[in-house]
This record gives sequence, structure tokens and C-alpha cells, in this order.
Amino acid sequence: MKPVKLIKVNAIKNGTVIDHIPAGKVLKVVDLVNLTGENSVMIGMNLTSAKLGRKDIIKIENRVLSADEVNVIAMLAPEASLIIIKDFAVVSKQQLTIPREIDGLIVCPNPKCITNIEGIKSRFTLSSEDKKIVRCAYCEKKYEIDDVEMIV
Amino acid sequence: MKNLISMRDLSKDEILHLMDIAGEIEKGNIVPDMQRKLAALLFFEPSTRTMFSFDTAMKRMNGNTVIMSGTKNTSAQKGESFADTLLTIAQYADIIIMRSPIEGSSRYAAEVVDIPVVNAGDGANQHPTQALLDLYSIVKTQGTLENLTIGLAGDLRFGRTVHSLAQAMALFGAKFKFFSPSFLQMPSYIKDDLAEKNIQFEECPELDGNLDDLDILYVTRVQRERFADPEEYEKARGSYILRKSMLDGVKDNLRVMHPLPRVDEIHTDVDVTQYAYYFQQAKNGVYTRQAIISILMGEV
Ligand SMILES: [Zn+2]
Repeated sequence: MKPVKLIKVNAIKNGTVIDHIPAGKVLKVVDLVNLTGENSVMIGMNLTSAKLGRKDIIKIENRVLSADEVNVIAMLAPEASLIIIKDFAVVSKQQLTIPREIDGLIVCPNPKCITNIEGIKSRFTLSSEDKKIVRCAYCEKKYEIDDVEMIV
Repeated sequence: MKNLISMRDLSKDEILHLMDIAGEIEKGNIVPDMQRKLAALLFFEPSTRTMFSFDTAMKRMNGNTVIMSGTKNTSAQKGESFADTLLTIAQYADIIIMRSPIEGSSRYAAEVVDIPVVNAGDGANQHPTQALLDLYSIVKTQGTLENLTIGLAGDLRFGRTVHSLAQAMALFGAKFKFFSPSFLQMPSYIKDDLAEKNIQFEECPELDGNLDDLDILYVTRVQRERFADPEEYEKARGSYILRKSMLDGVKDNLRVMHPLPRVDEIHTDVDVTQYAYYFQQAKNGVYTRQAIISILMGEV
């Protein structure tokens, strides 16, 4: 498929930009962010990137993401960077990292796990950063992050 | 150590300390006193042997037990949450010993109550007291846990016991030989763990002729239900039944272990040999559980 620029992504005045999302993953990112009517959202897909070849980008106006939202995005796209914009200027830029301990953000896929049976908050630990593998602190099963359902 | 939930929580030093305490209890050099102490045995899944072993361990130390058992958690049927059940029991007892088919339930219990919790088996996940009694049996018969050659036989795919044992012995630089029907082989996540730790292992097609270098042969049951075809079961089974005749030429220090109950995977003609160790192994379970309870209750 020939890469195309779907839209031109404009600058925002105040808000959050998540850049360097691997191409194709931006819609999942949008899904995981809690948006309200205040937030204009601009999405760029399949843009050229020196770092990734092709990338997606998302700009959310008037919104600072919660720590949980940042963490799920980090799990989904650890390559991404998080940029905070104020008055059209970059006030901070941060490379995302998958947290060592992931509290209440992953649904354990094991139906026999206590977290599913008693409906208690899940807790996972990062078992391999390179392979993106997490382990449930309760049933101790390991899963690839890309295979688990996330919740915010 | 506050709880015993998973072998993955234990360091090599903690394991060795526990082995020492179990040894001293067995020799009578340490006599823990649990008078006026009460252990709640919560068995949400039946396991008579494990329950008896814990009950015996507690009573051998003059302690008491209350038992809640059955396939259903009776209060859960009344709509009480698991946390409430645990919190209520924690008002009566000094330690909770729990078995459940729900994976991670002991970890959760330990987070809910402030008395010690022992995991006596949580589904396919962990059964740390079994692993520790196996280690105690190994160190007792071999004088060490370091650099041993261990054969694991039977259902290596679903066998929680052999998984825990393989992972625990990997801390001590063991070498492994795996004996199982092809579709019941050791799962790759365990083999990956071993490979990561540079632990050598090989898969052997049958027991006969492959036992000469072993220090320990750990046999587990191959369940008929695992086989789709009964004929396959009969065929496979023969290759993994241990008989006395296969033990010619093995090392003098070889000991044959089995978590019990045995069906027919170890022929009774092995029982009279110097290599049979499975009944003593069960007895070691009591010393090991006494040591675990004593350590968690701060009595030793
Ligand atoms: Zn789980």
C-alpha cells in the first residue's frame, strides 16, 4: 500500500501530543483515552518518520492525560513520546516507558484467576521489557502485552 | 517471611534456612510449641493428603486446627464476599492454610488478612509446600541440593509439582532429564526459563536405559483422561512405568520420589528396593510443614 498523508495535523494551543506512535496503532490509543466535548482531537496516520519509517500522531486539545492513561499508552506503544503544549510551545517532552508495576490497567486473560472471579483490581509486573511480557501478580501467568485487554 | 504463597518469592537462602529448620525439627533439636495456636485449614477443593499432612504438622506441635472443606465455599453461596469470609476467619485463627482451585487466591488472601497465609495449592498455579518437601527430601538423601542430576517422569505438561521442582532445582544448578509422552512434554515457558539460567536438560523417549546418571528420579502420574485414544494411553503408559528391572546399574544414591497417590506408574516391586523413597517423602512433608508454620508464626 502506498503511504499517504491522510490529514495535515495542525498545531494546537494547549494540550497533549503523542508522537512516534507506530503506524496503525493510533486508533487503539484514541480508544483508551477518556475524551470529553472540550477535547478536539487530531489524528495523523502513516506519516513519514525518520525514527520509525512510518508513524501515527495524535494531538488532544485542552487535555493533560492521567498517569493511568499515559501508562496504557506506554504499554501499547512504548516507542511513543508524550509532549505537553502550552501557548503553542512545547513545555515538556517525555519518552514513554512501560511501568514495572501495572495496577488495575490489564484484564487478566486467565478465567481461573482470582481477579476475574472475585472482580478485584488486577496487578501485573513487567517481566520482559524487550519482549513486552507481563506477569499477573495473582495467578502468575505471563502474557504478551499486545494480547491483553486494557482498561483505564 | 510473612506468608508462603509462591516458590517464586523465595530466595535460595530462605529455602536453605527452611531446610535447616525442618532438619532440626526432625532430629528433635528444635521443638516448636504451638499450644493455644489455631490453624484454619480452608480447603475449597478436596485434597485429603495435603490436609492430613498440615493437620498432623500442627498437632505434632501441640497446636489445634479448625477445618472448612468442600468444593463450594459455603459462605460464598450466601453471597458473602471471599474477603469477608477471610476477615472473619482471621478473627478466630492464628494462621490460614488454604487450598483453592482459584489461581492467585492465596496471594489475595494474604493481602486481605494480617495473619500469615500458607498456599496449600491454588489451581494450576503453585503448591509451594509440596515443592519444599520435595527439596527437603532431596537434600536429606543427597546431602546437598547443588549440581544434581534429576529425572522428571510422567505428565510434565500439566504437572504443577514437576514445574515447581524444576524451577526450584534450577536455583541450585541441577541437570535434568525429562521422560514423558510427546504431547505431555515440559511446556516451553519452563524450558525457556531453564535455558535462560543455563540449565541443561534433555528429553528422553523412555525410562529404560536412561537412568544410570540420575541422583533423583521423580515420577508423577499420567492421567488416562489426558489421552484422546485409550489405545495410545496403554502404549504410552508402558514406557513410563518404573520397574525394578530398570534399576540395574543405577547410582547407589539414586532415590525414586513420587508426590502420591500412586496408581501404577511405579510398580510395587520397586517398593522393596533401597531406591524407593516415596513414603518417607510423605513423612518429610510433615517436618517441612512444621518448619513452615513455625517460621511464619515467629516460633523459630
Ligand atoms: Zn491472573
